[in-house]
Amino acid sequence: MAQATQPIMIDGVPLKEQLARAERRKKYIAFGMVLPLLLFIIVTFAIPILSMLFRGVDNPRMAMLVPNLTAAVQQWDATELPSEEVFEIAFHDLTAAKNAGHLGKIATHVNYSLSGGRSLILKTKRKFKKIKSGPYREAMIKSDKRWGKVHTWAVIKKVSSRYYSVEVFGQSFGVAPTARYLLNAMDLDYDDLGKVVEKPEEKQIYVTLFIRTLWISLLVTLLTLIIGYPIAYLISTTPPKISNLLIIMVLLPFWTSLLVRTTSWIVLLQTQGVLNDIMVWLGIVSEQGRIQMIFNLRGTLIAMTQILLPFMVLPMYSVMKTIPLYELRASQSLGANPFVTFFRIFWPRSIPGIGAGGLLVFVLSVGYYITPALVGGSKGQMISNQIAFHMKSSLNWGLAAAMGSIMLVAVLILYYLYDRVVGIDKMKLG
Amino acid sequence: MDASQTDAYVSFNEVQKSYDGENLVVKDLNLGVQRGEFMTMLGPSGSGKTTCLMMLAGFETATSGEIMLDGTAINDVPPWKRDIGIVFQNYALFPHMTVRENLAYPLEVRKTPKAEISERVNKALGMVQLEGFSGRRPGQLSGGQQQRVAVARALVFEPKLVLMDEPLGALDKQLREQMQYEIKHIHENLGVTVVYVTHDQSEALTMSNRVCVFDDGVVQQVAAPDVLYEQPENAFVAQFIGENNTFVGTVKEASNGHCVAEVQTGESLKALAINIAGPGTRTTLSLRPERVSINPEAGSCDNSVQGTVKELIYLGDHIRARLALCGQDQFIVKVPNAARHSHLTEGESVVVGWHSEDCRALDGPA
Repeated sequence: MAQATQPIMIDGVPLKEQLARAERRKKYIAFGMVLPLLLFIIVTFAIPILSMLFRGVDNPRMAMLVPNLTAAVQQWDATELPSEEVFEIAFHDLTAAKNAGHLGKIATHVNYSLSGGRSLILKTKRKFKKIKSGPYREAMIKSDKRWGKVHTWAVIKKVSSRYYSVEVFGQSFGVAPTARYLLNAMDLDYDDLGKVVEKPEEKQIYVTLFIRTLWISLLVTLLTLIIGYPIAYLISTTPPKISNLLIIMVLLPFWTSLLVRTTSWIVLLQTQGVLNDIMVWLGIVSEQGRIQMIFNLRGTLIAMTQILLPFMVLPMYSVMKTIPLYELRASQSLGANPFVTFFRIFWPRSIPGIGAGGLLVFVLSVGYYITPALVGGSKGQMISNQIAFHMKSSLNWGLAAAMGSIMLVAVLILYYLYDRVVGIDKMKLG
Repeated sequence: MDASQTDAYVSFNEVQKSYDGENLVVKDLNLGVQRGEFMTMLGPSGSGKTTCLMMLAGFETATSGEIMLDGTAINDVPPWKRDIGIVFQNYALFPHMTVRENLAYPLEVRKTPKAEISERVNKALGMVQLEGFSGRRPGQLSGGQQQRVAVARALVFEPKLVLMDEPLGALDKQLREQMQYEIKHIHENLGVTVVYVTHDQSEALTMSNRVCVFDDGVVQQVAAPDVLYEQPENAFVAQFIGENNTFVGTVKEASNGHCVAEVQTGESLKALAINIAGPGTRTTLSLRPERVSINPEAGSCDNSVQGTVKELIYLGDHIRARLALCGQDQFIVKVPNAARHSHLTEGESVVVGWHSEDCRALDGPA
């Protein structure tokens, strides 16, 4: 028995180590084969995504452009107007920023949180010229009386984040952490005293949008499941001659551009479109009662369901194909009629395919952009459309990144729940 | 329709089957299986035996004819109402259910009371010696254990009939032989009627009460294993069951159940006339290798031929000798490895002899 506990030695080296040595070469080769792809993904995918996500919690602009002012307002307690000292720093920092040509950037940044903030900042270009010497407090308030309001300074404090220098591999990086973008993305904000409060009701749009996005995704997943399950069943049970044709028909939409498919839905569904024309012609609806089927939630649902259907059908099909006929026959021979056979044998065996297809369609739906943008109108917009707006139009990348992060976390939570309830190891894509 | 069929438990009456409307896979099948019998359908692949089984199970419909079970025609009864247990080639256990759930399934769908299900499942598990495995899934069992579960599942609901479609095909040789005995014993103990399909003749001979030999959709012979081996009725059965030496010849004369046939090289051989058309027709003479003597005492055999030893294979209990005689070089003789057996050397010229009673004149080649 003592021998069993002793490690087996070959030439004085334990067997385990020998094995590891022998396997190492194989591991290096395997790693070498995936290395190009790994590098490609890191450079083109992982790093950009991480840096983009980082923007959601990083707010370096004020700290970079008006460093002294940023530091000064962080010290200020925001109860009453700042001291003359802070005004003086503000004057010099803004003047320096003007000379460096950065005033516009500051104006935009302040404007996200203070209506009229743009004009306030840009005005200093002109007004500050006249201020030759202190006391700056009076002079600045005189130039624009908004400088005399606590709220103005509170906003400046809010939009500035303290700057930290971080040393990584001997290189120093600056970070200015902030939770404001994340709060904003959830319709929350700091008040002037730095407490987290809900945004005014008329400015609350994102939470509704998140819920709507999840709701649309869930509906699309259910619709594709209901429509796709019988199709997958049919394909998996018909002889290859017919099933190959059916698979081609399922795949056919993949060979057409997404844009073309979406716009053809516009042609079909619009009020003066093909479908309405037919219904009027058949007398199902009156000329005045034409149904609004597009540029609303309905349009988004119809178009997305059609476009995402193959992603549901294919995983289900590939799982159903592996359910052997003889198992169903065995069930029948044991006395189960086809109905019982379906629910006791076929359905449980097809669940991994439903899981895979459902997760795929859901995750794709959550990030869907072009289709809702084109056919969604205002009621059928999803969170991705709002992210795109902040990326391209308002240029508030921090907010866009924060919204993206929240969506990512939401999907990861759902993925975790899926794993707990169904089990990710049961998922099969082919 | 023969006598055994009229009072049979399971019977095929003039059953035909075609898949494509052009070729018959099963041609005019008439077959009766007695209650409690172990009947094996034996034949090469594509001979129609599995089709017959599937028609009996209800998964294929007979193109014409009638299939009876226990006195009623079952042609129009769907599989789930036929009360026939099936053991499939790949076991067809439900992988998402435990062994116990698999066994309880046929009872559950029959709405058997819970207590009775539990009792009968335990009994079935005991029958196949798998008491400790009831909580496992089929994937966690060995091939032999899965096979036992499949057998138990096909029996647990006490079906009228059990069908087995090459159930031992996926097992290795040793396990297959062990399972053959186990299934045979279960059959003997329960007295259940079994229709078994296989292409393995030794399996058929080991297990069956009667064997039905199929070829090309036609039943060649239905008989008990010993009859099938010793008294084949046609050349196919003689060739398919066991090892066999054949000569093709022309019948010279036939009388009193005996005949004389002349082979290609001119020798005249005496044989039992079993299945010949008459003098002048072609015939296949069939002779088992173990019924041939080497250098027999003069006058002891009524057939004796000069041959040359081509090849010797030592097989322990016997020696297989391949000889050239009567114009062919595939004549096999099994020489028992007895105390005083004749020693042969390759290339040696010998006389081989056999009794005409051991040589059967069967239908000639087409």
